[in-house]
Amino acid sequence: MSATPPERVIVTIDGVEIEADKGELLIKVAQENGVYIPRFCWHERMKPVGMCRMCLVEVDGVRGYPPACTTPVADGMNVHATSDTVKKIQDGVLEFLLINHPLDCPVCDRGGECPLQDQTLAFGPGESRFVEEKRHFEKPIPLSPLVLLDRERCIQCARCTRFADEIAGDPLIDFVDRSDQTQVLNFAGEPFNSYFSGNTVQICPVGALTASQYRFKARPWDLATAETSCNACAVQCRGALQSSSNRLVRLLGVDSEPVNHGWLCDKGRYGIGWVHSEDRVLDPHVRVSGELHEASWPEALDIVTEEIQRVVAAHGPSAVAVLGGARGTNEDAYAWARLAKGVIGTDSVDCQLGDGLPAEVVLGLPRAEIADIDTAVAVVLLADVEESLPVLHLRIRRAVVELGVPLVDLAPVAHKLTEFAALSERLVPGEQHQAAEFLRTRLAEVASGREGDVVVVLGRGSVGESSAGVVRAAAALAALPNVRFLSGLRRGNVHGALDAGLAPGFLPGRVTAAAGRDWFTNRWGSVPETTGADAAAILQAAADGKVHVLMLLGADPVNDFPDAALAQRAIDGVPFVVAVDAFHTASTQRADVFLPCTLWGEKAGHTTNIEGRVQRVSRRVAPEGTAMDDWRIATELALRLGSDFDFATVDEVTDEIATLSPAHIGVTSALLRRARDGVVLPLRDHAGEIIVRAGELSILADDGATLSWDPIKVEGAEPDAGEMEPAEAPSEAPPQYEWDRATPAAGTPGRDGYALRLVVGRTLYDNGVAASHTDVFAPLRRTADLRVNPSDFARLGVERGAHVRISSARSTISLPVHEDAAVPVGVAVIPFTADTDGAAMLIDATAPVTDVRVETRQ
Amino acid sequence: MAFSEANLTSAKAIVAQYPRPKSAILPLAHLAQDQDGWLTEEAMAEIAELVGETPAIVQGTCSFYTMFKRRPCGKLLVSVCTNVTCLVLGGPEVLEHLETLYTGDPDVTIEEVECLAACDGAPALQVNYEFHERMTPERAEDVVDGYKRGTVRARTISGSPT
Amino acid sequence: MTITQRRIVSQRLYERPDDSWTIDGAVATGAYESLRAVLAAGDPADVQAQVAASGLRGRGGANFSTGQKWSFLPAGSYPRYLVVNGDEGEPSTFKDRMLVERDPHQLVEGIIISAYAIECSLAFVYLRGEFALGHDRLTQAITDARARGFLGKNVLGSGFDIDIVVHRGAGAYICGEETALIESLEGERGMPRLKPPFPAIEGLYAKPTVVNNVETLSTVPHIMRMGGEEYAKIGVNKSTGTRLVALSGHVNKPGNYEVEFGCTFRDIIFGLGEGIRDGNELKFFLPGGASFQWLVNIDEHLDAMYDIDFVQQNLGTTLGSGAIMVFDETTDPLAVAWRLAKFYAHESCGKCTPCREGTGWIEKVLYRMANGLGRKSDFDLLIDVGSGISPNVATAPFTQTTLCPLGPSVVSPIASLDKYFRDEIMARIEAGL
Repeated sequence: MSATPPERVIVTIDGVEIEADKGELLIKVAQENGVYIPRFCWHERMKPVGMCRMCLVEVDGVRGYPPACTTPVADGMNVHATSDTVKKIQDGVLEFLLINHPLDCPVCDRGGECPLQDQTLAFGPGESRFVEEKRHFEKPIPLSPLVLLDRERCIQCARCTRFADEIAGDPLIDFVDRSDQTQVLNFAGEPFNSYFSGNTVQICPVGALTASQYRFKARPWDLATAETSCNACAVQCRGALQSSSNRLVRLLGVDSEPVNHGWLCDKGRYGIGWVHSEDRVLDPHVRVSGELHEASWPEALDIVTEEIQRVVAAHGPSAVAVLGGARGTNEDAYAWARLAKGVIGTDSVDCQLGDGLPAEVVLGLPRAEIADIDTAVAVVLLADVEESLPVLHLRIRRAVVELGVPLVDLAPVAHKLTEFAALSERLVPGEQHQAAEFLRTRLAEVASGREGDVVVVLGRGSVGESSAGVVRAAAALAALPNVRFLSGLRRGNVHGALDAGLAPGFLPGRVTAAAGRDWFTNRWGSVPETTGADAAAILQAAADGKVHVLMLLGADPVNDFPDAALAQRAIDGVPFVVAVDAFHTASTQRADVFLPCTLWGEKAGHTTNIEGRVQRVSRRVAPEGTAMDDWRIATELALRLGSDFDFATVDEVTDEIATLSPAHIGVTSALLRRARDGVVLPLRDHAGEIIVRAGELSILADDGATLSWDPIKVEGAEPDAGEMEPAEAPSEAPPQYEWDRATPAAGTPGRDGYALRLVVGRTLYDNGVAASHTDVFAPLRRTADLRVNPSDFARLGVERGAHVRISSARSTISLPVHEDAAVPVGVAVIPFTADTDGAAMLIDATAPVTDVRVETRQ
Repeated sequence: MAFSEANLTSAKAIVAQYPRPKSAILPLAHLAQDQDGWLTEEAMAEIAELVGETPAIVQGTCSFYTMFKRRPCGKLLVSVCTNVTCLVLGGPEVLEHLETLYTGDPDVTIEEVECLAACDGAPALQVNYEFHERMTPERAEDVVDGYKRGTVRARTISGSPT
Repeated sequence: MTITQRRIVSQRLYERPDDSWTIDGAVATGAYESLRAVLAAGDPADVQAQVAASGLRGRGGANFSTGQKWSFLPAGSYPRYLVVNGDEGEPSTFKDRMLVERDPHQLVEGIIISAYAIECSLAFVYLRGEFALGHDRLTQAITDARARGFLGKNVLGSGFDIDIVVHRGAGAYICGEETALIESLEGERGMPRLKPPFPAIEGLYAKPTVVNNVETLSTVPHIMRMGGEEYAKIGVNKSTGTRLVALSGHVNKPGNYEVEFGCTFRDIIFGLGEGIRDGNELKFFLPGGASFQWLVNIDEHLDAMYDIDFVQQNLGTTLGSGAIMVFDETTDPLAVAWRLAKFYAHESCGKCTPCREGTGWIEKVLYRMANGLGRKSDFDLLIDVGSGISPNVATAPFTQTTLCPLGPSVVSPIASLDKYFRDEIMARIEAGL
């Protein structure tokens, strides 16, 4: 959209003239110019309400005391933010807030980082004149398994209730009663089970909301903090990771304008628990006489090396396959790609496990950035992203609800944003290719007058079939003018892994094996001779006995691959399985060697998010046991296989990527240390957007004092270092791949009158290791059920919740059935769980769609 | 209890009166009290469904208003004003007398309320929102007794005609 | 003390005490005649002009010019809503209840004419929830008016469509504040909104909205009958017309009296109210509901002109909702102040900190003081806490640290105690009484 720059005005605050955008809120203008007007209810990312009255100021010519948080600046405005009257009012408000506040600071999680405490120190009275009895409530009460509420500490700022309603769209908490009995509450039997509930704990200005996971775990002055990126999904929200006594205790959202606006989802925020799980495997293990036994690292690595050498000699390098790698850092992925492709010589490498999109689609489509959503001509959803990319869902919600961006909702099942959609059409599996035609004919109805790009969020609404339908849709959509894509892959660092070459047919830096052959042969020594297999094909080959060594990089195909039966046959069919993981899983049960790796929080490096933004992840605690970084394991194996990568530190890996990988040219460890919002690849296209600081970056709260309630910002010690020089790739570097959109012309599978088309959606609290080894998620995990349209439900003639038999060509399972108007007629929805009763038993990974029959149980 | 079929029809008509369904929360809560004698959680959940909001929001709205009783309440709700005009003309004495008489009586709930807009008849009270003015402790007792014995027909607990 | 009532809005209910609220009783005494004339003339702008010329000021308590309020509606912006404030809850105010119970057709006619004037086709009456009889009669009146063609599609063949929805409140004084009322009507908790935007620009459902009081709109048919200029001749200065005064407390004859502006408090209390009960002395009186500063038994106060601006400019208080509460020599002013503070603490919506916490605090301190547990420092404490809500300690017009005027209202009794009864109370505290 063509935006006219806002008019500039001059305002005077406490005698200092300040230039600002007209209409900007006074409290923000003051803050950005060094005047911190105290506040409780105002939050930069939410609409102002002017309730707490802490930010009242005097403005010449204005009667009374306008709140700075609701007053837009106008030219010539003369503001007194620290006059005697204003100070008296601030004193008064603080005293009012404290009269009913329990002052139990010594046992309060917030003690030491409490805005009420801090502002009382800075602006408040020395003692209380309130001699009456304070109000009492039962405390604490759980609002959900994750969030506890102490109503006595609450100062009724409504930050939590406004967040729940305005930002998350989950109004499950509200004020109850009134006057000084006003309290926040959920409805009985309906806990505050928003995926975003933890944000309310972070923005609570007192200790009224506490996190069940963090409660009584640490004192803020004992915490060590590192800026990092979350790795729970591919959005990679910015965070401040905190530890105490070498244990991760808390992740706070950091406000990054391009990425997450300060918000985190609960899976990311509380998913730190798995790092210290009792179930971690802390030492290498090798199988001896059928049993896994603890072994030394050299012992374990030698066994792997010997087996690889033996298999390559006997069956060729293609008999070695690597699955996984989307959980680690870019450096991990790169080192493993180099090991597999440059040392072992196999191209059968895939970081996606059958629920993503082919690498050539993800790497070759015109990309959008997350922030493009805010100004898009329209946002097109092929799938709901709340379960898979939660904070992206918040960004889309804001764009659609607050900024008026038209939403074109083409998801197979109605979801939370459907009610805001400008256009809706349920495209069920097998019909996604109609998206482009729909858009071509209908977009003008909702987007006329808007300029710019259409942003398509290219997700898999169902893993109940192959990706062919979405690929066809992508090809047709890409042919329309001004369409850009965010590939809705969900695995934490899947984009980093793809960019590093952990996909068949590709080498690091978004180049094909063919295009990059010479460049990488020169630098690595060799590259694979033949194109390898993707995850589904690797598993098929394994099941057929053609894979002799299978390396699992944090991958658990038995639990995770949509076609569970194939995955089990594959694992059973491989003679030698190497697991690089932190936990035993259904798949590692068959491992011959288990190599314990470090987890997020234990290792430094970088990751790349859904928009191709490379950002730092930090090591905040020392690894558990003898766990080793994945890149180091690859380096050690390479050395034993006769190839010296010569990596001593992770920075050296980063810098090799910045030199060798065409998409990463110039993205050095030094630059990433100073680039406030990271770097979007490739650097040459985005150099102008990068905000580079001269000093090391650090995390600062707005007021420099209290971390974690005002939006946390990342700033350098020094001012901007000026414009970036665009980094040019050497002229001989291979070109970046562009998808030619050649897709097999698949027929449109019809539905017969008796079958229901299966939609299997991912769920946030899944059976992945991070979620299943984090205790607080246990009560939130969804159990599998079948949901059908009320008319299909009526046809079944059973009670709600009754068990029914669901049969596909593959198998039959039994699940309770519920009616749900969000489900279109003729569709069966089952959440993806890896229970043996789950949907994975029904799915044939190679079929274009899965149809099921539902029968009442005999 | 859930809305009866007749009340469900009324409820839908009420929702249709407003440009936005959420406006119907107060009238629907009155309707639920007319039916059930107090505002049950089940009713709030059903209202939420009828107006397209979450039960937490309906509870938030309803709990703001003193006429909505979120706990079981007697069939007769006696609201005694003790605001200033009634204060100086005997309201507190009426309240105290009734409280002494009816504490423990499951049929009668006595509550102290703010100004009922009957100050020229102070002290005043309402029984299920029917006004009774110029009360004395004894007259108030007679009034409540009349309702209790059924000689006077009471409105519903939300004040609707019966 | 020879004052008599000047009946305009209370004429019908006086004239036909047995059936003034029925359609037959009302039509027989001229109801809907103004409506017929207005629709026949077919000139909404003229209605606006007449109301502006009449000088009518809102009878809810803020005394703002009705014509001006209507004029703030942005041109060409539809739909617009007319919302009638019938949430009468100001302590000692009982005039709107009388108008709704005993002359609902007068109100309905006023609504229809006003809606016609501002080009609105859907009006809401927000009626206080506790007014069960008023609700019965008003809904009956609307049904009957609809049956006679005064309401609904194509009113009296004029092509004008108007309907009225009666919306019952449910027990919240704050909903008398117009933005809280709008919130409540939208199904929200009745918490006042930030202003701006004002309701005329963004009101009900974010559409241009006029909120007028019951008495205000009940006056409109008479203004149209008499003509704005004629109406403006009644009253004094900028306080035109008549006012329903709700007189209560220790007077011999409490009740609603319709008086012409320009009389005195003495006329009302000692004339119409026939003086203090039992031959007692007047001690103090609240001249405009519970929310403003008190006046006492001195000639300056009793002989002050009953004129909105005179009282505000000279006595530092206001005529507010038109209620006068009278207290005789037997009254403990501390008890009255405490009970008012208890009221405001109970009715605070809880949105702004100073009101939510301050009203409760003040109530607790006054309770102690009224019950013999006062401390010498309490008076200063009250004033200081009060100044945290109303920095100029509630002299009219007061300044406020809160969104709406409910908070400052609790400061009025404190300021009044300080002004008139400080010595009496300090002596009591020292004596431990």
